[in-house]
Amino acid sequence: MFNSAIGKDFDYREEFMTQVSMTVNGQAASGDVEGRTLLSTFLRETLGLTGAHVGCDTSQCGACVVHVDGKAVKSCTMLAQEAAGATVDTIEGQANADGSLNVIQQAFQDHHGLQCGFCTPGMVMSAAALLKENPKPTEAEVRHYLEGNLCRCTGYHNIVKAIMAASGQDAEAIAAE
Amino acid sequence: MPKDHGIGAAPKRREDLRFLTGTGNYTDDINLAGQAYVYFLRADVAHAKINGMNMDAAAAMPGVVRIFTGADFEGVGGLPCGWQIHSKDGSPMHEPPHPVIAQGKIRYVGEIVAAIVADSLEQARDAAEAIELDLEELPAVVDMKAALADGSALVHDEVPNNRVYDWGFVEENAAATDEAIKNAAHVTTLELVNNRLVANPMEPRVAIGDYTRHNDESTLYTTSQNPHVIRLLMGAFVLGIPEHKLRVIAPDVGGGFGTKIFHYAEEAFVTFASKQINRAIKWTSSRSEAFISDAQGRDHVTKIELALDADNNFTAVRTHTLANMGAYLSTFSTSVPTYLHGTLMAGNYKTPLVYINVEAVFTNTVPVDAYRGAGRPEATYQLERVIDKAARELGVDPIELRRQNFITEFPYATPVALEYDTGDYDATMTKLEEIADLSGFAARRAESEKNGKLRGLGVNCYIEACGIAPSNVAGALGARAGLYESATVRVNATGGVVVMTGAHSHGQGHETSFPQVISEMIGIDESQVEIVHGDTGRGAMGMGTYGSRSIAVGGAAMVRATEKIINKAKKIAAHLLEASDSDIELKDGTFSVAGTDKSIAWGDVCLTAYVPHNYPLEDLEPGLEETAFYDPANFTFPSGAYACEVEVDPDTGEVSVQRFAAADDFGNIINPMIVDGQVHGGIAQGIGQALRENTVYDENGQLLSASYMDYAMPRADDVPFYEVDHSCQTPCTHNPLGVKGCGEAGAIGSPPAVVNAVIDALQSGGHDVTHIDMPVSPSRVWAAMNG
Ligand code: FES
Ligand code: FES
Repeated sequence: MFNSAIGKDFDYREEFMTQVSMTVNGQAASGDVEGRTLLSTFLRETLGLTGAHVGCDTSQCGACVVHVDGKAVKSCTMLAQEAAGATVDTIEGQANADGSLNVIQQAFQDHHGLQCGFCTPGMVMSAAALLKENPKPTEAEVRHYLEGNLCRCTGYHNIVKAIMAASGQDAEAIAAE
Repeated sequence: MPKDHGIGAAPKRREDLRFLTGTGNYTDDINLAGQAYVYFLRADVAHAKINGMNMDAAAAMPGVVRIFTGADFEGVGGLPCGWQIHSKDGSPMHEPPHPVIAQGKIRYVGEIVAAIVADSLEQARDAAEAIELDLEELPAVVDMKAALADGSALVHDEVPNNRVYDWGFVEENAAATDEAIKNAAHVTTLELVNNRLVANPMEPRVAIGDYTRHNDESTLYTTSQNPHVIRLLMGAFVLGIPEHKLRVIAPDVGGGFGTKIFHYAEEAFVTFASKQINRAIKWTSSRSEAFISDAQGRDHVTKIELALDADNNFTAVRTHTLANMGAYLSTFSTSVPTYLHGTLMAGNYKTPLVYINVEAVFTNTVPVDAYRGAGRPEATYQLERVIDKAARELGVDPIELRRQNFITEFPYATPVALEYDTGDYDATMTKLEEIADLSGFAARRAESEKNGKLRGLGVNCYIEACGIAPSNVAGALGARAGLYESATVRVNATGGVVVMTGAHSHGQGHETSFPQVISEMIGIDESQVEIVHGDTGRGAMGMGTYGSRSIAVGGAAMVRATEKIINKAKKIAAHLLEASDSDIELKDGTFSVAGTDKSIAWGDVCLTAYVPHNYPLEDLEPGLEETAFYDPANFTFPSGAYACEVEVDPDTGEVSVQRFAAADDFGNIINPMIVDGQVHGGIAQGIGQALRENTVYDENGQLLSASYMDYAMPRADDVPFYEVDHSCQTPCTHNPLGVKGCGEAGAIGSPPAVVNAVIDALQSGGHDVTHIDMPVSPSRVWAAMNG
């Protein structure tokens, strides 16, 4: 702890902290959080997993999407304590064991489905959840599913294409490159 | 057969590997040992005198390190404006101080009133709630016309009528333009609003100040499109820190779109305050803060008149525009409605007379500055809307009316000071007709009508001026910065290349496309080339990335530096091969002596440069590193033609974009995949502006559209797949790559196509509607149909 300029006689953090534990990307993880600490904050600040991004404060951009017990969740809408004991998967755990990109990640690269990369972790995690639910979505289904994921760079064209390609559909036939 | 490397190939982006695995390094991902956090207490009223502040309770709260107010910044410079405009009467614009923290007066909702630094963000925020402000509210100035009226409240007491400047361009055209309009066979008039937008890069702004006492050095990590510019502006004009004691790092940046060009108060604050408390300070903007503190875009109210002769030739264009500056002059705000807008009002057409009058106005709103396109979308929108209206009034085909008036000979000097070097507007229009399948429109309209929908087609052209230059001309027009770019090309001893560029990538993919150019020039694999950007500690100087200038100006600087490298390497090769350097050729990474089989590999020459045992030391220094500054001779002029088809639901007024096609001429293309992506993104922003996005203040200056609940960002199901083409290529004649730039085209070219299409749809349904202001929302469409 740092001493602030105007000294305090108790450690604020120790006073209000509790410990949470969960499984993140297959590994046990734990840390001290306040009651109000969000899962996104816990992942980013406590665990140093900065892949999930925070793009808004009204739970609408989807940059923070992770999977909690297999379901896509906006990690800015969940308290870290609510995820205690859960299995959490983030973008950092998506690549294949040898470090190569998984099918969805590879499709995003192949089809230029990202520019600045800020929305990308959320997009990839949402796409993974979609394809689990609906392995061969139509264009309209993909677009509808992405309602909660904003991207300001790509105009969505190549994101939609990448997701359809990742589902094994012929993206070239759907939209010209 | 598409190329597999070098210029024109489409290698996959190398930066994607880190972004796709969550290992990017964005500013908010950086945490420094022992950092404190700052929470900015921002004004929640638009206009007020600050009579007092009581911070005693706040200062005593847990974790609070120090609270800063405007008083701490007395004697510190204000945020500078980078472009001085002169009014018609020759007087310089009004340029009141722009303090880092409000001093005595609040001028917009969102302005920083106090900065609370604490051990944690939560503690800082909690303390902010305990600050008591004694404010005397003043009437808010929101509407531009009201702001200009005599007797209006004043945003800055020293600026009469809130008028920043009253700019006329080109003044020598004024009388002749008036005359031509008086004598015209037909004049079409249109009043329109270019709606205010919030840029909304998905990554909110972040700034971390880090002062180290032992060497008196300050480092600023910031979400910037141009770290060197921030170093210069903040160091020289605000805080008085020389360049060698100030390092600005803009690591991975999550989109910019213009709003991350400017030097912001938060950057100056964290740098200044970190030194005061001798501790790193971090600020991360929330999205809510971004809405009230990121410079906003557009916000022009324009009346445009287009005069035609009896044969439908354009004879004159005259406009009057009110441009909202917000409460302070942001870095490049003053240039947007003037030199980035007025100069484009000839468009793609040979209109002989053009006169533009722009009044810039202070209001109690967030400052307004460049947003993707910056001035050029406003110019394009006015012109392409009024041409469409004229075609309808005259009963002629809107495409034919455009074609008839196209500039066809180049170079072409416009009546608004530009000289277009190349273009072929007929070719892009013809290409558009093909890729948009315009001949199939009638059948598609019939199909829509069968389903009870009105279908409309909107077409327009655009031209933009990119790669802003040359520095001496810009300087004569009031720019206070140079507009060159620099590149240092360092060849390592074993032949690998590192390029330090002043351009900055925040989504544009320079780490992939710039090596393609080096690969083409030297003939080595792209994997042998690395791009370094975004750190003033690693590259000498730079002007950054905006105005579609990275490849046209930054790429050109890299080419010039690489040419120097190749020249020197040829001399070394000539020495090693015992030939004359004029006989040395470089191809596919091998130097050879023309007409012989003597050759030596690139890597061997590079090694010799650093191990100069057999080397012409008397004529040549060892080593292989060169820097070039490239100052362009002219702007570049990308152009194109866009088409949009919409369906309008006559019951609800709902507009849906069914098809969108873009035929662009970007000159030569380095990486077509990246270019397509740039156009896609721009189109979505243009559709967003045309149909959804709007920034709304109430009469008290409260921002009503201050979150994603109220500010309608385009989502995946608001847009279709786009048909884009850039096969029409008239290379730029004055930069070494023949490139024009592609970053803003989509956002410039698309709004008029969408609105033209909506009007066409309504007209096809028998509604006599000639204009609807953006965003063309269901309620506005419904009102227009039923009005
Ligand atoms: S940060 Fe979670 S939805 Fe935006
Ligand atoms: S890639 Fe930049 S926001 Fe999606």
